[in-house]
Amino acid sequence: MPDQMFVLLKHWILGYSPAVIQPAVSILLTIIPILLVFPVLFALTTVLERKGLGRIQNRYGPNRVGFYGILQPMADALKSLTKEDIVPASADHTVHFLAPLVLLAVAFLPYAVLPIGRNMIAANLDAGVLFFFAIGAISELSVFMAGWSSRNKYSLLGAMRAVAQMISYEVPLLLSSIAVIMAAGSLSTVEIVEKQAGFSGIFPHWYVLTPWGFAGFVLFMIAATAETNRSPFDLPEGESEIIAGYYIEYSGFKFALFFLGEYLGMFAISGLGITLFLGGWSAPLPFLTWIPSWIWFFAKLVGLIIGFIWVRGTLPRLRMDQLMNFAWKFMLPMALVVVVSAGAWRFLPQGLTRWLVSTAFIAVAYTLLARGVETRNKIAKRTYRFAE
Amino acid sequence: MSATFFILAAVTLIGACAAMMLRGLVHCALALAVAFAGLGTLYLNLGAQFLGLAQLLVYVGAIAVLIVFVILLTRGGDSDSPALSPTALPIAGVLVATAIFAILAWAIFHTVAIHSPGLPAPQATIRQLGTSLMEGYVLPLEVIGLMLTAALIGAVIVAMKEKQDPR
Repeated sequence: MPDQMFVLLKHWILGYSPAVIQPAVSILLTIIPILLVFPVLFALTTVLERKGLGRIQNRYGPNRVGFYGILQPMADALKSLTKEDIVPASADHTVHFLAPLVLLAVAFLPYAVLPIGRNMIAANLDAGVLFFFAIGAISELSVFMAGWSSRNKYSLLGAMRAVAQMISYEVPLLLSSIAVIMAAGSLSTVEIVEKQAGFSGIFPHWYVLTPWGFAGFVLFMIAATAETNRSPFDLPEGESEIIAGYYIEYSGFKFALFFLGEYLGMFAISGLGITLFLGGWSAPLPFLTWIPSWIWFFAKLVGLIIGFIWVRGTLPRLRMDQLMNFAWKFMLPMALVVVVSAGAWRFLPQGLTRWLVSTAFIAVAYTLLARGVETRNKIAKRTYRFAE
Repeated sequence: MSATFFILAAVTLIGACAAMMLRGLVHCALALAVAFAGLGTLYLNLGAQFLGLAQLLVYVGAIAVLIVFVILLTRGGDSDSPALSPTALPIAGVLVATAIFAILAWAIFHTVAIHSPGLPAPQATIRQLGTSLMEGYVLPLEVIGLMLTAALIGAVIVAMKEKQDPR
């Protein structure tokens, strides 16, 4: 049975271990796959990203190491391992050393509550979603540690930008997940996925297929992009202004750890988006349920990663004031309306009415807010003047 | 009293002591965050999931960042700032600490739970917390929400730049 093969494998190994060490073995068998799979996914994603960006920018991307450049991450890893680890003389050595470690530890923890397949979750907490956000809040502190301890103006600026941005976008991120929590009536990730199982006709019961769910998903992914400091919200590391932001003074493997932490954060928050809106590990169509659940999770994850890469290659970076205006004047009211719309959906009887009411809430709010932002900032169609 | 309890207790105590004794203000703030995190995980260890996670979310995620921001914005984070002088009134400090400890100990030893060990530990699931907040305690919740909103708007007004020319 391929769906449960990893669960069965774990129980099979557990059966052969003596009873005394069984709890420890069980914990190790749960943690080690997470510690292996997601860094490997990170390595593959770097290739995919560089290749994809290369395609978007009309160039080849890495194509020298291995077949079509597929072994590039190995070369990158060897290079960063052999590089000298430079710590600035005036840096705060302890905090400078601890920052990447804290970031990495915090980046791994959220995977504990992500159900990556049927019965495949490290810790089925009652408050799984809350755990995810509580851990995510600590990463702000590690970014600050990195920026402050380097004693560099640019890194401090980058850290301040990063913290301000992460705090601002955490609000719409939390609010858009609250809509799902309200609809599912639970904070447990497993239960939220189970609520989205099943089909009506050929359509799955995913929350993204409801009006409020779709709006919530879009808001969630925008906030997630900002939360993980990815383009177009990559001001904290804006290469052209503050060189690399908070990790400017990190070199060698510590730099690689920062990259790893950032990508792990991106995978984790995509995984949460999948769990909340895209039905977790469930299949999109009823006749595809024979494909193992974990394959669906990773397929959705890779899909979202490709979306991230596409956005990064397409959109220009925002300005700081645009970033803040967007967060507080558009995202926050929109997220509140999504919560109200989800409430209406929950209490109206099934049928066409609730579709209309829920959609109307979102459509009206979107139109008014977008108009408001447009007139307030005097955004108009750009006019060009050319020499005759 | 498991091994995890002692590890977490040690982390919390070391963090709290470091927050008192370190010289750099930012170091103190980071050590305080460690103490907060230790406390949060202690709550988790005791089975109070909501309390523990809220402690992490609010104290480590928000309060610690706020403290750090305040230190940096008031330029107290410079390493060449004068070393903190030992407390002017050490006896007063000891007295206050003892008084607080005595009150807490008195309160704890007069609770019902300690005198009836046979009682099963109360289980507060997040669902129960949510329903009681939304049904029994909905008025206090709304009042607190209103107050926080007022505080937020007040902060924005204080921080807003005043118009240069009052016509």
